[in-house]
Amino acid sequence: MSDIGPPRGAGPLARSEARLAWGLLTPTILAVSLVVILPLLAIFWISVKPVSLSDLRAPDTVVREDLRGRPAAAGDEATLRYRLRNSSPSSEITGVTLQDAWPEGLTLAGELDPRCEIAEGLLSCDLGDWEGGYRETLNIPVVTEQAWFDTDSDVEDTPVQVDGKASFVLTNNEFTLKNFVSVFDGGEFFNVLGVTLFYTVFGTVGALVMGLFASLLLNHSFKGQGILRGLYLFPYVAPVIAVAFAWILLFDPFSGSANALLVQMGVTDQAINFFGERPLALIMVTLFEIWRYFPLSFLFILARMQSISTDMYEAADMDGASPFQQFWYLSMPQLLGILSVLFLLRFIWTFNKFDDIFLLTGGNAGTRVLTVNVYEQAFAVSNIGAGAAVAVVIFACLLLFSVFFFKFMSKEEGL
Amino acid sequence: MKHLRFGYLTGPALGVLWTFVIAVTVAVAMSFATGEAFRPSLTWSVIFGIPTGLALVWGGTTLVASAVLSVVYFIALSLGIGPVLTGNVSSVARVAAAVFMGIGIGWPLKVFVEELTLGALTRHEFEEAVIRTLRGFGYIFFTAIVVIPFYVMVMTSLKNQAQLMQNPLDFSIDLSQGWGLFRSYVELITEFNFGSYMWTSFYISVLTVFITLLFAIPGAYAVARLRFRGQAAFSRSILLIYMVPMIVLALPIYIAFSMMGLRNSITGIVMIYPVTTIPVALYMLQGYFRGLPAEIEEAGLMDGLSRLQVIWKITLPLSLPALASVSLYVFMIAWNEFLLAFMLLDDPSKFTLTRGIASLNSSEIPRQHLMAGSVIATVPIMALFLGLEKFMTKGLTAGSVKG
Repeated sequence: MSDIGPPRGAGPLARSEARLAWGLLTPTILAVSLVVILPLLAIFWISVKPVSLSDLRAPDTVVREDLRGRPAAAGDEATLRYRLRNSSPSSEITGVTLQDAWPEGLTLAGELDPRCEIAEGLLSCDLGDWEGGYRETLNIPVVTEQAWFDTDSDVEDTPVQVDGKASFVLTNNEFTLKNFVSVFDGGEFFNVLGVTLFYTVFGTVGALVMGLFASLLLNHSFKGQGILRGLYLFPYVAPVIAVAFAWILLFDPFSGSANALLVQMGVTDQAINFFGERPLALIMVTLFEIWRYFPLSFLFILARMQSISTDMYEAADMDGASPFQQFWYLSMPQLLGILSVLFLLRFIWTFNKFDDIFLLTGGNAGTRVLTVNVYEQAFAVSNIGAGAAVAVVIFACLLLFSVFFFKFMSKEEGL
Repeated sequence: MKHLRFGYLTGPALGVLWTFVIAVTVAVAMSFATGEAFRPSLTWSVIFGIPTGLALVWGGTTLVASAVLSVVYFIALSLGIGPVLTGNVSSVARVAAAVFMGIGIGWPLKVFVEELTLGALTRHEFEEAVIRTLRGFGYIFFTAIVVIPFYVMVMTSLKNQAQLMQNPLDFSIDLSQGWGLFRSYVELITEFNFGSYMWTSFYISVLTVFITLLFAIPGAYAVARLRFRGQAAFSRSILLIYMVPMIVLALPIYIAFSMMGLRNSITGIVMIYPVTTIPVALYMLQGYFRGLPAEIEEAGLMDGLSRLQVIWKITLPLSLPALASVSLYVFMIAWNEFLLAFMLLDDPSKFTLTRGIASLNSSEIPRQHLMAGSVIATVPIMALFLGLEKFMTKGLTAGSVKG
């Protein structure tokens, strides 16, 4: 009994617990790394590749085989035809070879293509290199024998083997920094960045302020409070596509109700193109963002408000503090924690937002933010590489934010 | 502010403010309801608001104030003066507007200024009245901004293109057509295949919920309860993954799916949706699991249950409310998801509801169809949400600022 003292290191129980923990986590880790980590690495890889939308399919050889001439009886002449093609319009395939079993009951009648030979019932051809968009038809004149009709066979029964080496842009060793150059080139990038920051900062702050007001309204018990709380959450719960189209319709310059209302009330003479004019469109998408996400901040702030004990307010009342003073000196300091956490999280999320602007303006009229730029570059300009480069820039910003976030969050408890 | 603290100043000021707020509200509401021209006037609001405020500070009850003001505003509307100006509208509309104005101004304003006297006011009395007025304005403002887009959505879906172009404000519907009102909905379901889109959306969402829970429950339990090296780092990386924007992932996923032939397939969508929701679910669930008393589980362990049995027989039954809110939330994300469906699905026979609505957005398809599609997508999630609101709000606050 010499080693009395606390156990050191991991005992067998602790080890089996850790084993179980990893066992439980493995499926999640696998799934998440497959769909999050792997694509993230892929984005970095693609961002240094000269790849456009049309390059996405690896170049491949395409071959069709048929027998022309409709031979009806033994001794009829026919043509065995191979139609060959390079599937890619731009990439080369090198060292293409073709192999096919020679159909039984057919004999060569005439000259064979010099690149081909028939040996032991096997047709093999060496077709050399195919440049992008290459097409060729290989015709072999044949005569049918009785055996052809006896076996009732078809030339397509035996599969044609075509091999060739193709260099696929996503897997080869060709790298370029052009994507990044084109992203940062010109003033456009800084314009996009400025728009993103405007949208993010004002969208986040606006949603927080509106959420704060809404929760001040509902931090009283009265009849119908539950209904009103449910109602105020509608913008957040409804599908974004539905509410975005409702907004577009409401603010349509030709037949929108908002314009009709403004004209009728004498606020403006002409219809305003809310989502089509330069500074206005950005303000509108920011307002949409505020409208759609104030319910979320409202929910969190309300939950925090309801957990503040009422004793303090009673004491403040006794001391003669006015309602504004109570709000400013009592409620606000208590809400500061949740407000700053909400601000940070919502800031990141608004920065990442894509759907809303994409649906409302498609990034036109000065509303192109970074996320929409990814889509524009990749699919509208069909330059996948440039899109990936923008995505890398977004990811870098995100890392920056999250460093800040975790520094702050370790102090700030809560979420 | 100090020199405003007299009943004879505060009363009229609040009176003017409130009269104008109600005037705008009534004008907008009446315009939307009837399509007729109603417009608020600031000048007339000042002229009418000052005496109203003064009178209500001086005396009167809510009932008397409402009745008197209704009569006053009916006369004013008929004469073509007052805070709300209108042209030659039907007398029914005029009576409705006058009653709205009377009750809308008289009743709340009396409540706002109840404690005021005509003389000097304490800071408390003054601020109380101002805050009440602001709160009243807040209710109207928030309700209006939330309700108007949805109102426009529903009403547009019930009208036709020609009527809409003629008067964009006229949302009155012709009830005499009976079931003909729902023409756009019938056409969407019969001609545009929306029944099948709805079914696709539904079963994709349900599958997503199940797959998410299948992965997230063991993961969340491990993070919350079991001790292992790297636990803290793991909790953090969940949050970090939660912050990766979908558009960044969507691009490589699009490429990979194109190459593997998973694009345009429900399988691909069902594979990808849960992964976007697993971090959310993990985060929400581990928070809840941490809150459960560990003693019950330890008692189970002492009685000879294995860890997995403890999870199945003790932890899960105890966390049913949390599971319900997580399921609801995940269902909502999957049902509302747009970006991935838009990028990955091209074949109309495999569309989800959101993708189906996106395909309606063309100049050849009338807009009431677009709005009817939006209503079809919105109503189920709203119904689900309102029915289970308690779970939903709890779930939302439990761990998600995402959206």
